[in-house]
Amino acid sequence: MENKNPLSFQLDLTPEDFLPATNDEKESLVIMRESVSFWKDGFRRLKKNKIAMVSLVVIILVMFFSFIVPFFYPYTYEQQIKGANNLKPMQYSEQELQQKDAGENIFPHFLGTDNQGRDYAIRVMIGSRISLIVGLVAAVIILFIGSFMGSVAAFFGGVVDMVIMRIVDIIYTVPDVLLIILLSSAIKAPLTDLATKPGFGWLQKLGPNMISIFIVFALLYWVGMARMVRSQILTLKQSEYVTAARALGASSGRIIKKHLLTNCIGTLIVTTTLQIPSSIFTESFLSFLGLGVQVPMPSLGSLAGSAINGFMSNPHLLFIPALLISLIILSFNLLGDGLRDAFDPKLKN
Amino acid sequence: MSDYLVEIKDERLSFFTPAGEVKALNGVSFHLNEGEILGIVGESGSGKSVTSYSLMGLTAYPGKLVGGDLYFNGHHINEMSEKDFQKMRGNEVSLIFQDPMTSLNPVYTIGNQIIEVITLHTDKTKAEAYERAKELLTLVGINEPEKRLKQYPHELSGGMRQRVMIAIALACEPKLLIADEPTTALDVTIQAQILELMMELKEKLGMAIIMITHDLGIVAATCEKIAVMYAGHIVEYGTTDDIFYRPKHEYTKGLIRSIPRMDAEDHERLIPIEGTPVDMLNPPKGCPFASRCDSCMKICLRQMPPVTHFDDVHYTQCWLNQKAEFEAQNKK
Amino acid sequence: MSDLVKVEHLKQYFPAGGFGKNKKFVKAVDDVSFTIKKGETLGLVGESGCGKTTTGRSLIRLYEPTAGRITYDGKVIYDTGDIPVIGDDGKVVSQGTGKKIAVDMLPYRRKMQIVFQDPYASLDPRMTVGDIIGEAIDIHKLASSPEDRYNQIITLLSRVGLNSEHANRYPHEFSGGQRQRVGIARALAVNPEFIVCDEPISALDVSIQAQVVNMFEDLQESMGLTYLFIAHDLSVVKHISDRIGVMYLGKLVELADSYELAFHNVHPYTRSLISAIPIADPITARKSKRIVLEGDVPSPLNPPSGCHFRTRCPYADERCAAEDPEFKEVSKGHFAACHHLDKLN
Repeated sequence: MENKNPLSFQLDLTPEDFLPATNDEKESLVIMRESVSFWKDGFRRLKKNKIAMVSLVVIILVMFFSFIVPFFYPYTYEQQIKGANNLKPMQYSEQELQQKDAGENIFPHFLGTDNQGRDYAIRVMIGSRISLIVGLVAAVIILFIGSFMGSVAAFFGGVVDMVIMRIVDIIYTVPDVLLIILLSSAIKAPLTDLATKPGFGWLQKLGPNMISIFIVFALLYWVGMARMVRSQILTLKQSEYVTAARALGASSGRIIKKHLLTNCIGTLIVTTTLQIPSSIFTESFLSFLGLGVQVPMPSLGSLAGSAINGFMSNPHLLFIPALLISLIILSFNLLGDGLRDAFDPKLKN
Repeated sequence: MSDYLVEIKDERLSFFTPAGEVKALNGVSFHLNEGEILGIVGESGSGKSVTSYSLMGLTAYPGKLVGGDLYFNGHHINEMSEKDFQKMRGNEVSLIFQDPMTSLNPVYTIGNQIIEVITLHTDKTKAEAYERAKELLTLVGINEPEKRLKQYPHELSGGMRQRVMIAIALACEPKLLIADEPTTALDVTIQAQILELMMELKEKLGMAIIMITHDLGIVAATCEKIAVMYAGHIVEYGTTDDIFYRPKHEYTKGLIRSIPRMDAEDHERLIPIEGTPVDMLNPPKGCPFASRCDSCMKICLRQMPPVTHFDDVHYTQCWLNQKAEFEAQNKK
Repeated sequence: MSDLVKVEHLKQYFPAGGFGKNKKFVKAVDDVSFTIKKGETLGLVGESGCGKTTTGRSLIRLYEPTAGRITYDGKVIYDTGDIPVIGDDGKVVSQGTGKKIAVDMLPYRRKMQIVFQDPYASLDPRMTVGDIIGEAIDIHKLASSPEDRYNQIITLLSRVGLNSEHANRYPHEFSGGQRQRVGIARALAVNPEFIVCDEPISALDVSIQAQVVNMFEDLQESMGLTYLFIAHDLSVVKHISDRIGVMYLGKLVELADSYELAFHNVHPYTRSLISAIPIADPITARKSKRIVLEGDVPSPLNPPSGCHFRTRCPYADERCAAEDPEFKEVSKGHFAACHHLDKLN
C-alpha cells in the first residue's frame, strides 16, 4: 500500500492535534451572516446605485428650492414690479438702479423678469412646486384607486375580475386630453358659482382646468396601476405560502393584508415613483397649451408656454422651465428604475 | 499535454458576486480515460456541476479560474478562447441538463434543434443532416422519427424530451458526454429507461461519461469510478466498489448510512449527517466537513488534510487516515 | 386502533377547458378510498400525475372535492351526499345520504395540518421565522399574552432543532433543511393530531433528508401524531410508513403493510416501481434484473379506458381495456386493483 507521506513537509503537528474536537470548537465555525430585512437589503442596494442616488439628491434639491426657499424669498409670484419688464438675468431696471443708488438693498433678479415685470426666479420656483404637487397628488390618487381596483379584481377573480378588467379596457380607449378639455368647459360655469360660496375660494384660484385635470386623473389614469397590481397579486395568490396560510385557517382579510399587500409593496413604490414623472409631464404639456393652471399661478409648463413668443429675445425664459421639467422627470424616472432594481424580488439570489 | 481524455489538476474556481467571492472549487484533481464512466456525487454547493462546466468554458463571468490546469482531448482549457470553446461544444464534448422542460427551446421544432447542431459542426447539407437526425432519434429509442422531428418540445413527455436531449448531445459523436443530473426531474420508471438507454449508447458509441448526481443508487448501477465532492473539494475518489464497500471519508460513510434501503428488512433508524452544508462565501479553513463530522479532531478545524492514497485509484483527504501514519512516524 | 381519517370515494376533477357537453376535466383523483388509523403513518406513493398530492390537499379541504365523503375522528366533515353508506356489518345501507355537508374548517385546522414540499416557496419571504410560526398561534388565539406567544414560539423552534436566535431572521437566511424545519414548527404550533406531509423531503439535499425523516419519526412518537406521508421516493416511504398506498393516474392500485408491499406485492405497477428504484449497492445493482416499463405515463386529461395502467402493463388484455378493476381485499389488510392477480402470483 503506497502511502505518500506529506508529513515530511508539515512542520507543527503534535499528538494533541489528533485529539477529538469539542462541540464548542466545532460550533464556533458555524456563524450565521448578519440578519438583513427586506428594507435594509433593498436600501443597501439602492445606495450602491450611483445614478439613483444622484437623482435622489437632485429631487431633494428641487424640492428644497420649490418648497422651502420661496418662504425666504423677497418676491412673490404674482408681484408685478413696475418698469422692470423683460429684464435679463441679474439685470436691474432703471427704477431699481435708482433705488440702489439711494442706498436700498434690492434683491437681484437671478433669472430676470418676465414681460409683466414678475421676478422669474420665484415664478420658476413656484412653478416647479405646482408641478411637483400635481405629480405627487396625482400619483397618490392613482395609487389608491389603482391598487384597490387591482387587488379586488385579482383576489376575488371570476365575474368581479372580468367586470373590472373590461372597465379598464374601455377606459384605455378614452382620449384623455379631449376629456380634460370637454370636462373643464363643462364645469367652468358651475365651478365659478361654487367658488363664490364661503370656504370654496380656493377653487377659483386653482381654476376649472386644474380641477378637471385632477378629476380626469382620478377617473382615467388609475388603470395602469390597476393592471400592475392585479398581475402581481394574481401571481402572489398562487404562492405556496398563501396556501399555507389558508391551511392554517387564515381569513381572506388576513391573507390580503399580511401576505399579498406586503409582498406587493416593492412594486407599489416603484410604480408610484414612475407614475410621478408621467403625471408631471401630462400637467406640463396641458399647461403649456394653456389648458392647465389658471393665471397668474405658474407651472413650469405654462411658463414655457408663455415664453415661446419672446423666445428669440429672451431665450432663458423658455429654456429654464423646460430644462427643469426635463430634470425633474429624468430624476424621478432614474430613481424609479433604481428602486425597481433594488427591491425587485426576482433579482434576489 | 496529457495522456488522458480529461485531466484536471488542482483546479480552483471562484465566482465573484456582489455578495463576495464564492469559492466554488478549491483544488479539484482527477483524470478520465476514453470510454470510462465517472460519477461525481455531491450535494448542492459541492461544486459537482461547476467542475464539468468549467471544462466546457461555461463558467465565464462572474466565474473565474483562479488556479490549476485543465486538459481535455488535447486542448489546454485554460488558454482557450470563446471561439475555440464554441467549436468544441456539441462536437467533442456534449452536455445533457437536468430539466428537459427548460433546456429545449420551446419555439423551435425538435428537428430544427437537432439539425442545428449537426450543421454547425459538420459539413453535412440540410438533407443529410435530416437523415442523420432520424437516425439519432431511432438510436435513442424514439419511434416514428419523421413525426417527432416536426413536433415541438411541449408536445412530448418528459422522458421523450430527455431522449431528444441525448440525441442532440450525441449528434456529433462526442468523446465525452457530461450528464448533469439527467434523471432527477423524471419519474423513477422513466429514469430507469433513460439510464438503460445511456448505458446501451455508451456500449455502442464508446464515449466517456461524467455522471453528475446526488443519487448514490444511480452511480452504484452505472459508474466505474466515483468522485465524492463536498464544498469544492473531492473528499474521496475511487472505484465504485471502493466507495461503497471501503469508504474512507466520514462524509462518504455518512451518505451511505443515511440512505433508506428498499431491501432493508427491519425498521432501522436512519443515521443522518448532522449539521448543515457549508456557506461557500465563508468556507472555513481546515476541512470543510469538520463541523459535521463525528470524529472531528482539533487539527481538522485548523488545516485542510493532505491526500492519502490507498492504491493508485482510491484516495481521500482526511486527517483520520493520516493519524496512523503520524503515530507510526512519531514512534521512530 | 380506531380510524382517525376515513376517505370514501374521493374524486377531484379540475376543469380543463371546453363548454357544456364538451367540458374536459383532469381527473386528478378518481374514486379513492382509504382509512388512516390513529397514530399510524400511511404512505402514499406514485409518480407525477398520479394524484397523491391532490389527495392529500383535498383531504384537508384545501381544494373542495368534486365528490366523496371525508370523516375525521368519527365526524363527517365533507359529504357530497351521493356516497354509499356502509353499515357496521359491511353491507350497503343506502346509496347516499342525499344531504351535502361541508363543515366550517376553522376548528379542524387545529387538528389537521400540512407540511409542504417546497421550503423556499412555503414561507412568506417578508415575515420573520418567529412571525411565520406565530401566525398559527394568532389565528387560533392560542397565546394569552405576548410573552406567552414568544415562549410558545421558542419552544416550537427548539422542538425542531432551531434556537431562539433564529426567531428574528428571515427565511432567505436559512438553508433548505432549516426552512423545512420552520414549516414543520408552523404545522406543530396548533398542536395538531394529524399531519399531511406533502413530499416534505423531496427538495432537500440527501444528507439533510435523513435528519428530517428522523425528526418526523421522533415527533410522531413524542406527540402521538398520525401522518399521511406523500412522496415519490418509495425507499423513504417504506422506511417511515406503517402502511403504503400506491397510486397511478388518479387511482389506488395497491394498499398494504410496508413489509407486505415491499416483499409480497401483487400489482404489476408496484412490481415495476420497486424494481426501477436504483439500489445504492453495486453488487446488488449489477445482479438485479430490472423490469423496465415501456412507454410513458399517459396524460391525466385522457386516461386509458378500463384499467389506467394497461398501456404499460405486460399482462394487459381486452378485459383490462373494457373493465376498470375493482379495488378489493386480496389478503388481510392487503388491497389491490387488477384483473390478473392470479397470474402474477
